Amino acid sequence: MSGPNRRVALKVVGATLGAGAFAYAGRPVAQWAANLDLDEVLTRHYKELTPEDLAQILRRLEAETQETYGVDVRIEDIPPQDGVSFGYALNLSLCIGCRKCVEACHQENNHDRRTNNSYIRVLEMEQGSFDMEKGTVDYDHTVPAPGKYYMPVQCQQCDDAPCVTVCPVEATWKEKDGIVVVDYNWCIGCRYCEAACPYHARRFNWRAPEIPADEINPDQGYLSNRIRPQGVVEKCTFCLHRTRKGLLPACLEACPTGSRVFGTLLDPKSDIRWVLEHKRVYVLKEELGTRPRFFYFFDK
Amino acid sequence: MAADPTAAVTPPPPPSLPPALSYLRFLRAALVRSFSGSWRFYAWMTILTAIALVGLNAWGHQLNQGMQVTALSDHVSWGLYIANFTFGVGLAAGAVMMVIPAYLYDDHEMHDVVIIGELLAIAAIVVCIGFIIVDMGRPDRLWHIIPGIGRFHWPVSMLTWDVLVLNGYLLINLHIAGYLMYQRYLGKKPRKGWYLPFVFLSIGWAISIHTVTAFLYQGLGGRPFWNSALLAPRFLATAFISGPAFVIVLLHVVRWTGRLTFGDGPIRTLTSIMRVTVLLNLFMLGSELFTALYTGGSHATAIEYLFFGSHGKHALVPYMWTAVALNVTSAVLLYLPRTRTDHRLLLAACGAAFVGIYLEKGMGLIVPGFVPSTLHELVEYTPSVTEWKVTAGIWALGLLVLTVALKVGLAMWTGRVNVRTD
Repeated sequence: MSGPNRRVALKVVGATLGAGAFAYAGRPVAQWAANLDLDEVLTRHYKELTPEDLAQILRRLEAETQETYGVDVRIEDIPPQDGVSFGYALNLSLCIGCRKCVEACHQENNHDRRTNNSYIRVLEMEQGSFDMEKGTVDYDHTVPAPGKYYMPVQCQQCDDAPCVTVCPVEATWKEKDGIVVVDYNWCIGCRYCEAACPYHARRFNWRAPEIPADEINPDQGYLSNRIRPQGVVEKCTFCLHRTRKGLLPACLEACPTGSRVFGTLLDPKSDIRWVLEHKRVYVLKEELGTRPRFFYFFDK
Repeated sequence: MAADPTAAVTPPPPPSLPPALSYLRFLRAALVRSFSGSWRFYAWMTILTAIALVGLNAWGHQLNQGMQVTALSDHVSWGLYIANFTFGVGLAAGAVMMVIPAYLYDDHEMHDVVIIGELLAIAAIVVCIGFIIVDMGRPDRLWHIIPGIGRFHWPVSMLTWDVLVLNGYLLINLHIAGYLMYQRYLGKKPRKGWYLPFVFLSIGWAISIHTVTAFLYQGLGGRPFWNSALLAPRFLATAFISGPAFVIVLLHVVRWTGRLTFGDGPIRTLTSIMRVTVLLNLFMLGSELFTALYTGGSHATAIEYLFFGSHGKHALVPYMWTAVALNVTSAVLLYLPRTRTDHRLLLAACGAAFVGIYLEKGMGLIVPGFVPSTLHELVEYTPSVTEWKVTAGIWALGLLVLTVALKVGLAMWTGRVNVRTD
């Protein structure tokens, strides 16, 4: 074969191999792009949706849940009520660290079963110390253990929430009843909020949640416990799909010791107001100026 | 610029083409030269393309399976990608250490090679944007962060500032480098009004990109390891180590290819800058260590974990001591009298400094912000194979951009390729 011909042949072989390599390497990306649902990609921010848009999205999400998980669910958009501002308090003298609240949250909020996710972590703390450094979350023995007390931590629904401040796309915000919510259809998954939160309250969906059909809670809220998509951040919403309808949070109902007190701060006759007025309450990491709505207190 | 290096090279009367047409010819000339060259060029580009494709493939799997393929967790929610992003911003900002001597101090020799710094800044920003995109859980929603189209949380979120300064820096440098190349291609003398204001803007802007990136971390009260006023100054000091170190190596490569002839002046200037910044960085490191360790208490936990391990966990300790050893080595080498004449020693110093800063800014800065976590849990992080593949792919992409930019850029900068030869 003469020089120029060989060069041409080499170029043809090279180009073919190159094109093949590009096609092979790019296939997963192409597959991902092909699976994107244009309606979903173009969904507007929650606050920009008309009631008709929202209704359509809710029906679409219900159909998708049926398709993916094989369950009929009801997804609602439940707005905050006027004259309601939620607060939560926890009696550390009563809490025994049984983690019933952790489990109730796991089930109520349709968490991924493989990672055993929950919005609540319970720290086993040393008597006489507020130092979390000396606490542990992975205790595995009969509770309560001598010389210990137990401190469940979940979203503090801060009035000056660092997670809301840092979000670059306003995918998370504070509602007028004090609850910090996430628009799962708007979050870009940058996880800046996870870095900013001082209370380890946020979780990321590292993969699509996996839940057996018979364990799915079918009563779902758009901004709360609906099954989250892959790649977005989620958090505790004080069970807004329950509490905005006058029910109590799942973690409170599950507590066998009555450590948890929930209610509206604007009602002078509420239990939460009684606790705030009669107990010496404190908030976690007060020095950071986040102004939590979650209060801790000791009885004795 | 009285001592314009190429003013004497080609002063042909510019042919009178309509601007649109001549700009198209300029683009065509750039494109042709991006895809033609020696066998060495093809081999280099093929290797880089192959690595970039491995990264693309790995990213594709991450898109489909979710970020579970990374080693990240809710405890360490940023890792290798954001570490490389941060380092990349430093590299982009560090390139300004050529621009400042060339334009502020009127260093003519530096002015001869300053385009290399501007092209490096472009490639580094491409790398940064790449790392941000692969770190996103939902890159399909990238449009949410476009001002006017999505919901841009400016000026409250520091991340929106970073979007503005990084893209702004990219545009400024594209304009400066593009304009200078185009004018040289036409055989015209660049008009100062068209690029000098942007050059001065780019100097301030370069400082801003690394300051804003430091503020991303520095402003988080819940992360004591980052929440220090020293973070931004340290970011700048390290940028002005890794940037000049990379440029010195790059200048040697460019000289070796014979695409540009220049004296040792720029290398000497950059070495002098590094002599100051390596010590400055070590000093600030010492100051941080002193504050944490002498005070003690729980605020020292992250630093103790980083340097000595904590509760039997030591994942970062080897990285950090390697970084310190390399940074000290580079400082010693830079001050050796022989390094002034022996370029092999200088290149070794630059290599040590570059890798040292890479480790320090990467594993040593981003990860310990999360260890211990905000509830003081010690969850460790070691990057997954997928993360390394994607990371290698993005750096390969950056080198592809840099190679093409330098090849085309220098050909036009020196007047070897112009509208008359085309």
